[in-house]
This record gives sequence, C-alpha cells and structure tokens, in this order.
Amino acid sequence: MSSLSRDALARLVAAHLPQQGFVNLGIGAPSHVADHLQPDSGVILHSENGILNIGPRPPQGEEDWDLINASKIPITARPGCSYFDSSLSFAMMRGGHIDVAILGAFQVSQSGDLANWSTGERNGSVPGIGGAIDLAVGAKSIWVMMEHTTRDKAPRIVDRCTYPLTAAGVVSRIFTDLAIIDITPDGLVVDALLESASIETLKVVTAAPLIASGSMRTIGLDGTIGGI
Amino acid sequence: MRNVVVENAREAVAGIKDGDTVMMGGFGGAGLPTGVIEAVLDTGVRELTIISNNAGASGPDLSLWFAAGIVRKIICSYPRNAEAFAQRYRAGEVELELVPQGTLVERIRAGGAGLGGFLSPVGVGTVFAEGKRAIDVDGRGYILELPLRADFSFVKGRQADALGNVTYNKTARNHCAVMATAATTVAVEVDEIVEVGTMDPEAIVTPCIFVDRVYMRKPQ
Repeated sequence: MSSLSRDALARLVAAHLPQQGFVNLGIGAPSHVADHLQPDSGVILHSENGILNIGPRPPQGEEDWDLINASKIPITARPGCSYFDSSLSFAMMRGGHIDVAILGAFQVSQSGDLANWSTGERNGSVPGIGGAIDLAVGAKSIWVMMEHTTRDKAPRIVDRCTYPLTAAGVVSRIFTDLAIIDITPDGLVVDALLESASIETLKVVTAAPLIASGSMRTIGLDGTIGGI
Repeated sequence: MRNVVVENAREAVAGIKDGDTVMMGGFGGAGLPTGVIEAVLDTGVRELTIISNNAGASGPDLSLWFAAGIVRKIICSYPRNAEAFAQRYRAGEVELELVPQGTLVERIRAGGAGLGGFLSPVGVGTVFAEGKRAIDVDGRGYILELPLRADFSFVKGRQADALGNVTYNKTARNHCAVMATAATTVAVEVDEIVEVGTMDPEAIVTPCIFVDRVYMRKPQ
C-alpha cells in the first residue's frame, strides 16, 4: 500500500492547523510542519526551547546554530518572533496557552491515551522524556502525527497502549501516512483517507475499531485534500 | 566599581571540587558554554552531579566528561543520542534522574527564587509521580516538586558588561537565564564584553546581581 511521504504528511497537518492559532511543534516529524505552513494562515508556531513565530528551515549555508527548534535543527524566525527562557516557554505549554500541540507517538489508544516517551526498557537504550508530558497536560488540544504502523508493520493505533503512557485520554486527532482519524466519544472516526487506501485496508493495520465518517474526505498522495 | 570579568574559562571554574553539583546551560549545542568543558576536565575534579537538559552529543560537550568518568549523576530531561553517557549509564557507572523538561527548569527556578518547591500537574498518574507527595488543590491533583540548586552554573550569553549584566542570543537563552539564578557561583561565557552603560536596560535578561564571573568565549 502506498503512503504519504514525511513532507506530504507535514503538508496535510499544516493545512489543518487552526487559523490564528498558537501551535507547538514537537520533536521529530512534527517539526517539519513549519516548512509547509502557508504564511497567510496566521498560525504562530511555538517551540519548547524558547521561540514563538518559527519560520521554515533556512537555505543551506545560512544555518544559525543559536536558532534551532525542539529537534535541534536550524530554523528561521518570522516577523514578530520572540525569544524567551525555558521557564516562560513551559509556562505557555503547561498553563493552557497553546491551542494545539503536534506530537509524535509510539502508540495512541482508541480513547486518546498517548504513549510517546522512551523509557529505555527495551533493548537497553537510554530513556528520555523532554517536553512531551508538559504539553500533554497543558495544551488545549493534542494532535498526533505518526506513521500508521511500526517498521515491523505493527499497528500504532491500538485499543489499549502497551507502552508506558505519557498521558491518558489527551489525544483528539491522529494524522498518519494513511488517514486522519478523530477520537470521539463514539470511537475512532476516519475523517479522511489516502486515495490509494480503503477502509478495509486501513482496518487491517489498525488494532482498534474504526468508523468511516459520513463525509469522509480523500487525501492525495501529495498530502493535499481536494487540491488544498 | 564591580568587575566580574575573568581572564578565561580556567578562572571561571576556579574553586570547583570533587562532589560538586554543576548546572550546564544549553539545549543541544545552543547555549552550551563550551569553554568550561576542557577547563573543568583540567582541574581533575571528579564525582560531579550534572543538571542539564541533555547529556552531550559528540562535540566538545558533556560527552567528554562522561568519557573521562568524572560524572556520578545527571539530572536531565533528554539524555538520548548521547553515546558517551549511554555507555556509562548501561555499565551502571552513572546515575540518571529523568525529569520532564518543564519540571526541570521550574525546579531550577524555584531553587534560584528561594522557593521550597512547587505543585505541578505534570506527571500525575505516571512514573514521574512515584515517591512524591500528592496534593489536591481545588479538586485537581498535583505533585510536589522540589527545588534544585548547584555549586556552579555555567551558561552561555551573547553580551555582558563588567558588572555582570547579560543578554542571550536567540534560542540559546533556553535554560541559561534560569540556571544563572540558582548556583553559588554563576559563570557566563559570552561572545562580547561591552562598556558598562551601553547595554539597553530594557533588554538585559540576567541582571548582574546573579552573575559572579564573565569570560570571553575563545574563537572557534
């Protein structure tokens, strides 16, 4: 089954950010959303390491290593940018000032439980938590952006998380390389589906019940919906 | 007149001793005062407790301290992609206290601000609440997080004057401005030392009262 590239998924997420919203981008795949944001969206991007109003990556050769995102990758600053220390940055995150946080995840459950921190219990790796748990507690909405399955083709959307939770019941929307899925009181509702996929094929790679939205949309392979 | 400028990183670390607790500014390489990495190694000091967001990567950073075996414990948020640390950690030679990033910086802020701790909702119901006092306020659960202080804070600024007023550069401010409030001796590495009176008082981020030593970064 074909799936969205990392850039196409970032484009899809960028197009769904709330106009004029304050949006935090987590480490890994979410940080690429900044490269696909339309300047006229009015969205103001935040990064935990102390910046509001992030622009896209700089051209090669123009990197400033004092101007980086949460993934420690060079970025640019947009007009109206501000810098601040970590305490103030986490006050924004913990204090309910961020409208949407886009986070990566290992697993998301059908009730919105989020497992996205590395405990180091597997294969003797080192644990790390970073700022994900602060966002999970403090942001108004948590959207997850991840590949639909692991490298071994195991579903990441599950009935119950088997990995340690970052937070319970916090995720409201999942963007994968195959679909957009809303977590609702009725269950997992497929809001949009990749053009080359079907609900049946999606169900095979999802370990929780799925409901097709009555007005399900189609995602193009370039990450656009209806050409947008 | 007060003058906190010292000659170099070696003078900035003077007085550090075995068993000290050291805060290191920086988020990755941004805000890391690289000059003290070698200067601390040269003192021969051991058994350090480090408070830092990360645990080094592969450059002139904390990885050299782990490789040299001078660190006993690290209090840290994200010690991943840090090979020298990982080796010591897997061998059981370094203790790790993993702290959510916002809690880490707020514990440092509490330490610098003379507070006995603070109540955080972060970590309630997770392993991060284990062993901590749970307190309910208006029906919401919190855990008591305790302050952090250090013997030395080493941070990176952009500009300072002889009094010790400091500004930072872009996202290199990160933990530096908070760590600069929370140690017995605070040493700031800067790119530029300017005349007293030329810094915009509205733009000074760390007022000189917090700063004990300022030194110029060696050209790379």
